[in-house]
Amino acid sequence: MSQDPSHYAPNIVFRDTSSERKLFASRLRFVLVLLGALSVVLLVRYYFLQIVQHEHFTTQSDANRIHAMAIPPARGVIQDREGVVLAQSKPSFTLEIIKERVQDLDYTLGELQLLLQLDDAEVARFRERLKRRQRPYEGVPLRSNLDDEQIARIAVNRYRLPGVEVSAELVRDYPFKDLFAHSIGYVGRINEKELKQIEADGRLDDYYGVFSMGKIGIEKSYEKELLGVPGAQNVETDVRGRILRTLDRKDPVRGKTLTLYLDVKMQQAAVDALAGRRGAVVAIELDTGGVVTAVSTPSFDPNLFVTGISGKDYSALRDSPDLPLLNRMIAGEYPPGSTIKPHIALAGLEYNFVTPDYQIYDPGFFQLPGQTRQFRDWKKGGHGGGINAHLAIAQSCDIYFYQLANRMGIDRMHEFLSPFGLGAPTGVDLTGERKGVLPSREWKRARFKQAWYPGDTINAGIGQGYHLTTPMQLAVATATLAKRGIRIRPHLVKAIDGVDVLPVFEPPILLRNPRNWDVVINGMHEVAQGERGTARKVFLDAPYTVAGKTGTAQVVGIAQNEKYDAAKLAERQRDHGLFIAFAPVDNPKIAVAVIVENGNSGSGAAAPVARKVLDAWLVGQSSNAAAPEPADTGAGE
Amino acid sequence: MANTDFIRQLPSSGQIPQTIWQRLHVDPILLLLLLMLAGYGLFVLYSASDDHLIAMEKQGSFFLLGFGIMIVVAQVNQSYWRLIAPVFYGLGVLLLVAVALFGEISMGAQRWLQIPGLPRFQPSEMLKIGLPLVLATYFHNRSLPPRFKHVFWSLVMILLPVALIIEQPDLGTGMLVLSSGLIVLFMAGLGWGYIAGAVSLAAAMGPVMWFYVMHDYQRTRVLVLLDPHADKLGAGWNIIQSQTAIGSGGWAGKGWQQGTQSQLDFLPEGHTDFIIAVLSEELGYRGVLVLMAIYLLIVARGLWISWHAQETFGRLLGSTISITFFVYVFVNMGMVSGLLPVVGVPLPLVSQGGTAVVILMIGFGMLMAISTEKKRSSY
Repeated sequence: MSQDPSHYAPNIVFRDTSSERKLFASRLRFVLVLLGALSVVLLVRYYFLQIVQHEHFTTQSDANRIHAMAIPPARGVIQDREGVVLAQSKPSFTLEIIKERVQDLDYTLGELQLLLQLDDAEVARFRERLKRRQRPYEGVPLRSNLDDEQIARIAVNRYRLPGVEVSAELVRDYPFKDLFAHSIGYVGRINEKELKQIEADGRLDDYYGVFSMGKIGIEKSYEKELLGVPGAQNVETDVRGRILRTLDRKDPVRGKTLTLYLDVKMQQAAVDALAGRRGAVVAIELDTGGVVTAVSTPSFDPNLFVTGISGKDYSALRDSPDLPLLNRMIAGEYPPGSTIKPHIALAGLEYNFVTPDYQIYDPGFFQLPGQTRQFRDWKKGGHGGGINAHLAIAQSCDIYFYQLANRMGIDRMHEFLSPFGLGAPTGVDLTGERKGVLPSREWKRARFKQAWYPGDTINAGIGQGYHLTTPMQLAVATATLAKRGIRIRPHLVKAIDGVDVLPVFEPPILLRNPRNWDVVINGMHEVAQGERGTARKVFLDAPYTVAGKTGTAQVVGIAQNEKYDAAKLAERQRDHGLFIAFAPVDNPKIAVAVIVENGNSGSGAAAPVARKVLDAWLVGQSSNAAAPEPADTGAGE
Repeated sequence: MANTDFIRQLPSSGQIPQTIWQRLHVDPILLLLLLMLAGYGLFVLYSASDDHLIAMEKQGSFFLLGFGIMIVVAQVNQSYWRLIAPVFYGLGVLLLVAVALFGEISMGAQRWLQIPGLPRFQPSEMLKIGLPLVLATYFHNRSLPPRFKHVFWSLVMILLPVALIIEQPDLGTGMLVLSSGLIVLFMAGLGWGYIAGAVSLAAAMGPVMWFYVMHDYQRTRVLVLLDPHADKLGAGWNIIQSQTAIGSGGWAGKGWQQGTQSQLDFLPEGHTDFIIAVLSEELGYRGVLVLMAIYLLIVARGLWISWHAQETFGRLLGSTISITFFVYVFVNMGMVSGLLPVVGVPLPLVSQGGTAVVILMIGFGMLMAISTEKKRSSY
């Protein structure tokens, strides 16, 4: 109704105040309704969350704060027979970064790189891991295996590096490094395949919070005993995963302690005696079947494998021509050579192909009837006349055994040698054992689809040809001989948590004429300590009686009429030197088998190693040093 | 008329019997409600903050400052506000322009906001009061309902600062300032035709805003609202954790300082924008109802004061302050409970933060001025 008054009197307005009031009133009513409606919306929303969905969100909230945490058990300690720790679990410290609490990640990483001398690749890997984490405030490891100095450096600088934390984890430690790598083995991170197997076995609960398991050796074969039982706890954590309080707890049970027959001093003596050469030494305590020395050289540091070996380190081990990863004592297969002769002689005596007094004349070669091929003796010109079983063993007369083998045939030979454990795994409590070859017609047909030739038997008679044995098999065969037919399955573990492991007896070898044992053993005594023995130089001055047998295994075939010349051959093509022994002769305590790869000869390379091992057991070791036996022998030197 | 207004303001001027509250220009009911809210807020904040006592001390002193400012503002005659309004508004817009320029020269708005001693952007906060003030002044001198010309110019006054604020970018504050301006327009009696037109225009502009105006992070916030679990470690984390906190509180709550979501830091921003989640978790639905009751009583009291205001200015300003206050509450509680996208809006007088307290208390000071003016002018 009024004109716009503003152009002549800005602050005086002619207006219909009552209609404006009504207008305001209507707007106010509208607003009241709207605000009321919106308030109801809010209250309904909160009612829905707090009352209707209360249970759901309570569960959610508890899932946030309550975490079931595994308490991994401490893995069982492995110790030698004297209680010296060979494997244990030690805390290892890992540097972790919680990104949410870091103010400047680049700065923090730069500082840590300087403090800990990290290379760029490590930092790059960390950034990769950071991308893959599952939830905020989760710590991401930057560096594991921190040493004391690194921990100290972090502690000193921690005030200016928020979000940097050091966490502890139990990590397996092998204080003797490479000394026991092939017997004790090592643990490593459980891989996907192993995890699937654990799952398939329904044993996931047994590994709750456990990330490592035994991969080879004792660590693997006694995995169940060493593992322990994981504990668990429910804890309340904040968003950073920091534990604020424990709601309930079930304690873990630590793994069992394994006491081995192995002995640090024996082991060291054997390794020292090998002096860096490739080879294996196995020594067995005869009363128990316990393996007191188990050496395979070269070896490696098992600690490398525990938290994951670097690609560089692994390929160095894998590609080394010395094969440090090969466990020669159970997986190295060698022709036994002459070390098998005592057993073959025993077979001949037992089956009456020869008598103890039966003698041959050795012209230096042997020919199968109707064949021109000459099987030669190792000694040029032969050993001459008057070679009986005793001398054949003492001097390692090949011709005697060619003839004996030829008369006996491969079937009887196989039949007799089998119960000594040749050609089959010994069942030692280690992983990765190979079975070797005890040749037979069946084996050759299966392996080569060929018939057995008489010449094969001749070679087999001196432990060549198709024969393959592991040092462990040789040691068992020697121990069985020493015990006159009583065969015990070799084992490394003496006691589990203080409870002795009982020896397992294999079927014994019963001779129709037990005196045949004496013939063979006397021959072996002659080898080591007789006037005509092949290893007499090594054992003549030993303060105990020894029965032994040298052996030399050809690495390359030597053509007819060609003379073996070690100097000409490359080192890798030289013969392997072998030696088996037990002592004392009349009351044997220990048997040993030694192989020195490319050692040229058994007497020169392997016998001195055996001497050191026997010395360590019978002389050097106070607790086990049997008083030197009186040297009464029926060896008839 | 201006003279008589001024004289009325003097305490000794008339023989009219006045209560002590009228002399002090304080509305006792509103004051009581605000004190209850502040007390309740401090109670919750104590539990929600990490350094309880320090936070209490800080927020307590802000409340003291805020209530002081409120009393001072209440003493000022509305005609002064009308005089100051254009200056206040103009200064705010100028500062916004300065910020835009300065922000471009330096390393962007975010940097600028982090300069210590300058709490979260002042000019846009000024506009929360400045815009309703200048619009109420504008309509005070004009007959209502507003004509097209006045609607046009008031829209210019609204959109100029809003555009500058959104450009910063601060979409949340921009929308709040925009809504405060639109509320003035609505209360001034903006025709339903305009409103219908504006609503359809907004609906049509929606897709344009989505694709051309909104930033990626803003789009993410909207998408997260639809499905928080799509980005549960990133943008969805806050909303999942706040809903968990609210929901697990139930009817009675887990108890003061007993909320696991908030005390164990699962809930981010528990002492500022997400404090309602702490309250819901620890005090339960009961606590939410009490809070809502206080809020609604404050809004009701504000609207009652506005209804009884004698002048257009008082009615428009008073009602806008009250409704805007409700909008803050609604947006905050809505976003924390997952009804609305997450924008940076604190819960009035409960969230920690000094600027918000001061701005809100200036508004309530004005409401008190309006309320006591009414009494006097009724003679």
